[in-house]
Amino acid sequence: MTQPPFVSIEQLSVDFRTRNGIVRALDKVELSIKKGETLGIVGESGSGKSVTAYTLIGLLDAAGRVAGGSAMFDGMTMTGASESQLRDLRGREISMIFQNPRGALNPIRPVGKQIEDVLLRHARASRQNARAKAIEMLQQVRIVEPEKRYWSFPFELSGGMCQRVMIAIALACDPRLLIADEPTTGLDVTTQKATMDLIRDLTRERNMAVILITHDLGMAAAYADRIIVMQQGQVVETADVKTLFTRPAHDYTKKLIAASPGPYSELDDLTAVTNGPADAKRPRRVSAADPGQQAAAAANKFLLEVIDLVKEYPHRQKQGWQWPWSKPDDADSGFRAVDGISFQIKRGESLGLVGESGCGKSTTSSIIARLLDPTSGDIIFNGQNLTTFRADQFAHQPQRSLIQMVFQDPTESLNPRYTALDAIAEPLKRLKKITAATEIKQRVEKMADLVGLPQHLLTRFPHQLSGGQKARVGIARAIAVDPLLLILDEPTSALDVSVQAVVLQLLDQLKTELGMSYLFVSHDLNVVRLLCERVIVMNRGKIVEQGLADEVLRNPKQEYTRILVDSIPHFEPDNL
Amino acid sequence: MKRFLNHFFYVMSENPVTVFAFSLFILIILTALFGPWLAPYDPLATQAANALQPPSLQHWFGTDHLGRDVFSRVIVATRLDLGIALSAVALSFFIGSALGSAAGFWGGWTDRIIGRLSDTIMAFPLFVLAMGIVSALGNSVENIIYATAIINLPFYARVARAETNVRRNAGYVMAARLSGSSDLRILATQVFPNCLPPMMVQISLNMGWAILNAAGLSFIGLGVRPPDAEWGIMVAEGATYIVSGEWWLALFPGAALMLAVFCFNLIGDGLRDLVDPLRRT
Amino acid sequence: MPDQLLQIGRRLLQAVPSVIGIVIISFALTRALPGDPAVYFAGAMADEESIAEVRQALGLDRSLVEQFFIYVSNLLQGDLGLSLNTGLPVLEELLTRLPASLELTFTGLGLAVLIAVPLGMLAATRPGSWIDHLCRVLVTAGVSLPTFFTGLFLIYIFYFLLGWAPSPLGRLDILYLPPPHVTGFYLIDSLLAGDSETFWAALRQLVLPAFTLGLFALAPIARMTRASMLSALGSEYVRTARANGLSHRKVLFTYAFRNAALPLLTTLGMVFSFLLGANVLVEKVFAWPGIGLFAIEALVASDYAAVQGFVLSMALLFVVVNLMIDLLLTLIDPRVSMSD
Repeated sequence: MTQPPFVSIEQLSVDFRTRNGIVRALDKVELSIKKGETLGIVGESGSGKSVTAYTLIGLLDAAGRVAGGSAMFDGMTMTGASESQLRDLRGREISMIFQNPRGALNPIRPVGKQIEDVLLRHARASRQNARAKAIEMLQQVRIVEPEKRYWSFPFELSGGMCQRVMIAIALACDPRLLIADEPTTGLDVTTQKATMDLIRDLTRERNMAVILITHDLGMAAAYADRIIVMQQGQVVETADVKTLFTRPAHDYTKKLIAASPGPYSELDDLTAVTNGPADAKRPRRVSAADPGQQAAAAANKFLLEVIDLVKEYPHRQKQGWQWPWSKPDDADSGFRAVDGISFQIKRGESLGLVGESGCGKSTTSSIIARLLDPTSGDIIFNGQNLTTFRADQFAHQPQRSLIQMVFQDPTESLNPRYTALDAIAEPLKRLKKITAATEIKQRVEKMADLVGLPQHLLTRFPHQLSGGQKARVGIARAIAVDPLLLILDEPTSALDVSVQAVVLQLLDQLKTELGMSYLFVSHDLNVVRLLCERVIVMNRGKIVEQGLADEVLRNPKQEYTRILVDSIPHFEPDNL
Repeated sequence: MKRFLNHFFYVMSENPVTVFAFSLFILIILTALFGPWLAPYDPLATQAANALQPPSLQHWFGTDHLGRDVFSRVIVATRLDLGIALSAVALSFFIGSALGSAAGFWGGWTDRIIGRLSDTIMAFPLFVLAMGIVSALGNSVENIIYATAIINLPFYARVARAETNVRRNAGYVMAARLSGSSDLRILATQVFPNCLPPMMVQISLNMGWAILNAAGLSFIGLGVRPPDAEWGIMVAEGATYIVSGEWWLALFPGAALMLAVFCFNLIGDGLRDLVDPLRRT
Repeated sequence: MPDQLLQIGRRLLQAVPSVIGIVIISFALTRALPGDPAVYFAGAMADEESIAEVRQALGLDRSLVEQFFIYVSNLLQGDLGLSLNTGLPVLEELLTRLPASLELTFTGLGLAVLIAVPLGMLAATRPGSWIDHLCRVLVTAGVSLPTFFTGLFLIYIFYFLLGWAPSPLGRLDILYLPPPHVTGFYLIDSLLAGDSETFWAALRQLVLPAFTLGLFALAPIARMTRASMLSALGSEYVRTARANGLSHRKVLFTYAFRNAALPLLTTLGMVFSFLLGANVLVEKVFAWPGIGLFAIEALVASDYAAVQGFVLSMALLFVVVNLMIDLLLTLIDPRVSMSD
């Protein structure tokens, strides 16, 4: 007799009631997990990967309904179980950790108490020893001073610490299956790795099965044994990691793998599957840094020169009570978001600005875009010192059109009441002083062609456009006034990988065609590398390392850069 | 516009209550506009012989202690009640939203001064403050309007401030800066239009409250003077007769008042759905 | 713990600007009278001499700044002026009537909370059910009801038609003597005196006006309970609690309700402010001898010192209530102490 699989989902279909009628979120999903195995479920947003997990533990929201098939856990049918049966299983046999750990913890209950709640609920502790056990759990997830942290509230802990607490809660009752739903989204890259390593170590020790839900193929490759790829509610491919990466069977998988930038991938590789084999590669941009060309560039003046830039914010109010008129001590005069950085960008060059959140990279880019005033320092752009103008007056300067910016979130950066045409036309009207409606329309249509936005979409409002289309509108708006420098502030971080690939290629192509310089701000070295010849790595407002992109990525000189590079999970065939 | 109408009809078909509220709203507006021509009797004509008659075919809502036709008085009063509320809300909307969006957009000192001002008004129980203002400025209809406007001011200022504040660093505002727009232009063309929908909801919910406030003030004898027809004062006049069983004097004006307020509240809820289906509570 | 004491101290200090603002506005109101304030404060029956006397007493012949400091120093001594109606100090008049108003307001608020909070919670846990619809209807109807109108019709039904309620005239039927004064709350004082007969009589008088106020306060409380419970139940931390199999009770009360109670408490402050206003109307309808009725009588008689004293004391009362709510929030919500 063959033993039934530990977890098996068969022909599972789930429907959701929405305003536009019933939508099928899962369509005949099949999967199984063995004891102690880690299964990665990978897919882009809306692929149904989370719904699968929620259905398994019976946490579908009210609008969702199982339309067919079944989910079994250790011989028990989960899809037909009563709420009280499921409640007994949750936390004890199956537990779950979520993205955005700070939001996932009760904000007004000490974290230790929250661990206790689970222990007491599943009778893993008595009132007498619950606290001791909770503290022990905190210790196991490597939280220092667990006795003190027991009384902490989530808002007093960092995101990474909160995720550790979540892990402690999830593992408190020694469950046999852990579902991790995008467990590192929203955490800093270096924290991501530590968190994932912790999850791997703890679950291995306990021989637990893990379902790792992620949009990041690299992450699944690094931590899963087997991967399921989902697309639009269906499982398109199931394979072990090595097979999946070396011999992907399904076109969608191939596309995803190609689109995920790794340390060695080229820009053309990203869409190689859709556009055919990338044998006719364009010359690598590294050539821009050829000695010959470098000499030529040096003859030309720098487009942008940033000298000793500092941005200081007044110190946050001190903890505890103080007199309203008392001033903060002069000793700690303020928090330096940007702490004396200098760099240059040559004409036609692309520079990457890389670092974790809070390192000052976005502040730097806002100052260069003249949306923010620096505390001190100079910005020499096109031979002129821009810091002589105040940020709120810069809008009226002729240089305004020469520095433009593409924003992080394409949705948030478009006015919901403006059509795509209005949005692209706005800078033309204000900066180019074009008033004739026909001329504006002509110009906008030209821009749309340039960024590959079909002209019939120009009359649409942002909510009627897809993420990729919105990104194109944002780019068209920025390049409409012929800037010399385009600042890209994490332009692809809100996009799915396949869209990211296309947008990156578009940006590269525009650069060549229009001869702009880029300042590309990102947390992801692998992405920056694709577009930029040179990178600057920032940490705590200072420049840690700079150099040629490939050089820095493959051969980091500084410890911090090395950690940053190592933290980005990716598929490494040699490690298997 | 067409898109808006489609959405409007969609929300309407979803929610029959809103349809009812909008029809009622139109009815109230028509009554306010054409009240004097609709009323069957002169609302001020006394007829001592006919005093305190219960509702009948001649006098649908009965007659009051001076023999005046209650139905006519209720109809005619619509204009005055609505007029007071509308002027008060309009005043506080214009001043409040201007102050509030300035505070939310520029922050800093502007924000602190305006915030302190609205906090101070809010530190009073508002109806009580209105009583104080009317007693200080003098007992007249205009002063009822000013008092109601002042006590509503902080609500508009707060909504406008909050809505502007969340948008002032939105990507599209940054983009407008990069497009060479000045602060004032950004506030007027990018930020404020996006704040309007939530403000509309506030206006509608506030209208009901403003009507109640004005009626409450005249109920305790402020503002409108006796022979004039106004719902609050009619209820006050009828109150004396409740204990002896002449219920119609107070019921009909009170019911009219209630219906009007109810209508504005329903529209407020409906608008909320129209504006933002997600915020539906 | 000393941390929390510091927090409490800080909250207390934060009330100072409010109080200053209130005093300034009250002062402005007393000086905003058209024409000569002295004429108004002296009353309709005053002759030249008494007007001059009042002018001197109020310091109206001096600069506004000086007048303000005289006003403040009078306030600090508890001097709110004399009531023209009764000839007694306004402060004394207000203090003797305050317990009647507070007894009514707190009973009304208590009734509203007892009904509205469970109703809102039920509605939030069963969205779309009949109780949810009932809650919606009650909420919208409740905010549309003019308090004076509800009061009148409760009288019509329960006094005139059914004869269950006593005649709506004051706190106690004339047949009874008020209980010996301890707190000024008749319900409490009569119980302290062991006089159950007076207790029941006082209660019978209190039921209708308190219910009128309660109906008025019900709507905003139920609405806020429902909304904040819905958002708490839809939150990520409740999802976590459910994913860990915590019991329904634990999820509902320890996780959802405790979080939902925070915005609810803030709303209660607002509701209390509205109740202080509605109180005036209800006191008029039920001839309840509280400060609201006193203020109306003063308004009608153009007794300005009394009206402004009333406005000022209501505002100060509201500040105290808000302060207590803030302190409560500081104790419940660990985040409050950290933010600004």
